[in-house]
This record gives sequence, structure tokens and C-alpha cells, in this order.
Amino acid sequence: MKIITGNDLKSGAVTWWNGAAWSLHVNDAADMGDEAAAVIAAEEAARRVNGAYVIEAEQTADGIRPAHIKERIRALGPTVRLDLSLDPTATPDKVL
Amino acid sequence: MYLYDHYDQAMVDARVAEFRDQTRRRIEGTLSEEKFRPLRLQNGLYLQLHAYMLRVAVPYGTLSGSQMKMLGDIADKYDRGYGHFTTRQNIQYNWIKLEDTPDILADLASVEMHAIQTSGNCIRNISADQYAGATADELIDPRPYAELLRQWSSFHPEFLALPRKFKICVIASDTDRAAMRLHDIGIQIVKNEAGEIGAAFYVGGGMGRTPIIAPLVKAFVPLDELITYSEACLRVYNRYGRRDNKYKARIKILVHELGLEEYSRQVEEEFAHLQTLNIEPPLAELERIKTFFADPAYETGLSDDLDLSNPAFAAWVKNNTAAHKTPGYAIVNISLKPVKVLADGTKEAGIPGDATGEQIRIMADLAKTYSFDELRVTHTQNIVLPHVRKADLFTVWEKLVAAELAEANLDKITDIIACPGLDYCTLANARSIPVAQKIAERMADKAEEIGELKLKISGCINACGHHHAGHIGILGVDRKGLENYQLLLGGCEGADTSLGKIIGPGFDEDGIVGAVEKATQVYLANKEGEERFLDTYRRIGMNPFKEAIYG
Ligand code: SF4
Repeated sequence: MKIITGNDLKSGAVTWWNGAAWSLHVNDAADMGDEAAAVIAAEEAARRVNGAYVIEAEQTADGIRPAHIKERIRALGPTVRLDLSLDPTATPDKVL
Repeated sequence: MYLYDHYDQAMVDARVAEFRDQTRRRIEGTLSEEKFRPLRLQNGLYLQLHAYMLRVAVPYGTLSGSQMKMLGDIADKYDRGYGHFTTRQNIQYNWIKLEDTPDILADLASVEMHAIQTSGNCIRNISADQYAGATADELIDPRPYAELLRQWSSFHPEFLALPRKFKICVIASDTDRAAMRLHDIGIQIVKNEAGEIGAAFYVGGGMGRTPIIAPLVKAFVPLDELITYSEACLRVYNRYGRRDNKYKARIKILVHELGLEEYSRQVEEEFAHLQTLNIEPPLAELERIKTFFADPAYETGLSDDLDLSNPAFAAWVKNNTAAHKTPGYAIVNISLKPVKVLADGTKEAGIPGDATGEQIRIMADLAKTYSFDELRVTHTQNIVLPHVRKADLFTVWEKLVAAELAEANLDKITDIIACPGLDYCTLANARSIPVAQKIAERMADKAEEIGELKLKISGCINACGHHHAGHIGILGVDRKGLENYQLLLGGCEGADTSLGKIIGPGFDEDGIVGAVEKATQVYLANKEGEERFLDTYRRIGMNPFKEAIYG
């Protein structure tokens, strides 16, 4: 699946496009297929997001898993400070 | 310590007001990100993996207690309760909100601090020997000159758009504790044969993609021409440094491509021209600056005796304190590389360079009470209390123990430099911190036996973790989408600076920990007399290590 991520303009928080709005949780991300470019343009223009881009991810039993480790770290938090993660089930193994 | 005059304060306050307005316009929408990005970067605000990251300048690594306290308060008020001390003697916060940044900058300005020129292609924060003004082995205190360079380089209109970033370091002793020759300009204050004090200029050093040890460009520049000569070095670079290729834009490439002789010749020409323009700051300004760095009111007649009957205290004194120039005083190093032993005997290593808001305030308090209100940040991501009475060492140590800041591991294998790596940094290829933690946990019991071993880890070729200069260096790379780690041996900063060499094919995370352990075993098996790891490596070469690790 193709999902959109970026950082919230004001807070810098990692955000995921759920199809209608931005969510802090990767599991809310919607598969945007070919519509991603239009969403990114509109949301950046509306100054709700900074530097949005599309990434590859897959739906797993555990939730949505971005394809690249960098995006998984963005989604779940630093592997060395998972106490700061928004996902209470986050473990280094889940990130890796 | 230097205190702002009204010009310094007015400049910093004006910058806060300006950035407040720019931030407002960005949030309102009259400034695009494209236009705003360079403005926020000029104020030290990056966008990293999880949030904005703010890098705060600590000029030549020197802080007062109230400045340090403010750094702790910012960690708690605006971040997630901690800060990260960096290899540039600065501090970074990882979870900053754009909308809070003007307030943070205002808080910093209230204690004479800022984040200006901590990013971008300008002259960055000046670094210096963390023992400056305290150690017996220096010629003079280099900090007045570092401060002069700070004032000269701050907002210098000609050098705000250099081909690339530019880092200057000043030391005044032969024992280089600041990796001086791995800077764009390394300045060592020296004495010539006539007994006069001046500055030796090493130009064109650096790490990153193309590590180069700075060659000596001029052996002696009179101190009253320090700024003029620095300006000449910068001018030649600004004119001819390569703006067409980011990877070739640092001064080290220019010096290398022009050749030392030609670069020096051009600098001499420019220097001669600048001497006619009389750009050196007036002597009175230097004298004014020097008054801020006068020795604190040391007590006299103090004893150097210490009761070392407590073994943990004795180990800490041995490893973490250094000789002070004044009898009865010591330089205290606070390690930010803890390795905790848990109830079941397993080890848990901390994050190199991280300290909580509370720990930062505790260090600020210790400085106020026991170190003439002064602290230093080291490029090895530790903190120094420069002037502690030996009679107070035990009390200071007890307070550090209570704050989990008393790891007795300075320059040992567990005192690892690690950049933020892929856990925080957008440019990273691999994580650095977990590798540092695993090595520290695996090697903690052997650290004392191994002795001095400087291990440095970077998460990408940019080398913020100084891997080229580690006795053991580790570089994280991306191998087909997976984290992979290259092992380097034989790097060293300091008087005998050398660059590490890659030993062979890379390893995964567990593999690199095992490879480091094997390297230490080779050392222990081959060590002669008092040799350090680096000495043994230099004597026996790479092969025995290769055989043990890959054999
Ligand atoms: S070395 Fe690379 S990964 Fe580490 S902090 Fe620097 S840019 Fe980031």
C-alpha cells in the first residue's frame, strides 16, 4: 500500500494521512494509491503538514508496517526510547 | 566567563524578535517552507525524524550554572525531559515544536545563549579544549581568543554564505583534547624560539566523506594578527571553494586540490593585503575579553591529600579527574555514558551524551557550589567541572552517584561517542546508539583491564560520531536496505592524530559487537608493557586483528 506521511507544521510531530485528516498513529494511515500527490499538494498549501511524502507499507496482523526501517522508527519512536512511543506495544523487534 | 555587553545582548534579542515574526508568518502562511527553511536553520532549528530539533550553541563548550540550569529547564518545559550533548560541544533537543521555538530562544537569550550559526554554511560554534583555564599543561588560556573568534565570526557578513559549513577549534597545549586537527581551521597557541606567544594554523582538516588531517599552513602568527590571518584563510576559501559540488565544497578539498603550497601562498597574499586594511580588533577589546577569563579566586594552601579508602570513589578519582594547575584543586569529568548493573546482574547502558532535565540541573548546582559556577561540554559528550577543591571531591562524587552521573569510565571502552544515528537523524543509514549500548554492556566488565580505548560510532558517512578518529571506529552504512556496520581501527585525535582504516567487510548489529570484543582480545593478548590499544595496534598492524575477526 501507499501511505502519506509528513510532519505537523506547528508541532513537528510525525503524522499519517487517514484519508480525511492527519493522525499521529501509523495504523490509521489510508492506502492512497494514485491520489497521494493531490493530497500532499492540498495539505501543504493549507499549512497543516510539512514535507509530506508517500511511502510503501504493508498491512500486517500487527497493523500497518512501513517498508523502510527509517519510516518504522518515525512511526514508533526511537528504538532506544520506546517509552516515548505512542504505541504501547512498540518493541525494538517490532520496529526492526 | 565572558558576559554579554549590550551589543551582544541587543543582537541576540533582535534575532529572537525577528525569528518570532518569521515563525508567525510561516504558521500564518505568508512564508513558504522553501523560504522559511533557511531562516529556521540559521536559528538552529532542523526538522528531524520525529519532530523539530533545536541545536543550541555552547561557545567553546563553556557554560555557567545558570545557563546549564536553563538547558535543563528547557528539556523539561519544551522537550521530553532530556537533552543530547553533541560532539560539537553543543546541546540538541529532539522533540521541539516550531510554535514554541521563539519562546525557547527568548529563554536562552535571557541567560546569554542562542542557537545562531549552529546550522548552515557559515562559521559554526568555535570549539576549544574543555580543560582551558584549568589545566597545567597549557601555555595560556585559549578562551579569550576563542571568544574573539566568536565575536568576529558571529554575523560576519562576508562569511554567512560560505561554500560549506566551517568549524574552528582553538587549543593552547600539546595534549590536544579537542580533535583540533580535524577542524577546518585548527589553531594551536604556541611559543616560538624567541619565546613569543603566537598561533599555529592548521587548515583543511575534517572528517565526513573525505577525512583529512589538517596540514600546518603557518607555524606562527602573532596573536595580534589572529583575526586578520583567520580572515585571510576564510577569504581564499570563500573565493575558490567549490560551490558546484557539495561533496567537494569543504576547505579541506580546496587545500588538497590547490596543494598546501599554493593555498598558503594565496593566504599570504590576502594576509598582506588585509594587513593594510587594519581589520584586527583593537587590543583594548582583547584586554576587555581577557578580564572575563581571569582565574577564579582559588583558595591557597590547600592540601592535595585525598582519602581513597572507598574503592568506588578511588576508581572514579583515578579515571574521571585530571590534574588542575592549582594545588588542592582537580578537574572533574562527569561521564554521560552510564552502565547500570541491574538486580539480576545484567547491564543497561545509557544513551551517550543524553542527560535528563533533572541531571542537567544537578550538574548546574554542583558547578555553582563546587566549581566557581563553571561547566564545560566536551566533544566526547561528557561534562566537566573545571575547578573543584580536592577536599570537595568526595561530596561531589556522592551527589553524582545519587544522580547516576558517576560512571568511572572516562576514555574507557564504555565511554563511547555515538551520534544520534537512525533513531533520530534524517541523514542516517543505521542506528548508532543501540550499538554503543550493546558494546558498553558487553565490555563493561573488561573496561578497566583494557584501559584507554576510544570508541566512536557514526550512523552515516557524515561522521558526526568521529568514527575516523576512534581507536576503534564504527560506521553505519545501508546495505540493501539493512543496517550494516564497518569496523575501523587505528584512528586517533590529539597530538598524534591518525585516521582509522577499515578492516574488512561489514557486520550486522550483533556481529559488530562481537568484532569489537575480538579486537580487544587481540590487544590484550599482544599488549606489551603499558601499551594502550592504539599503541599495540600501531606496533602489530591490522593483520592479527583481521585474522581474529574474520579467520
Ligand atoms: S553521522 Fe550521519 S547519522 Fe550521525 S548524526 Fe551525523 S548526519 Fe546523522
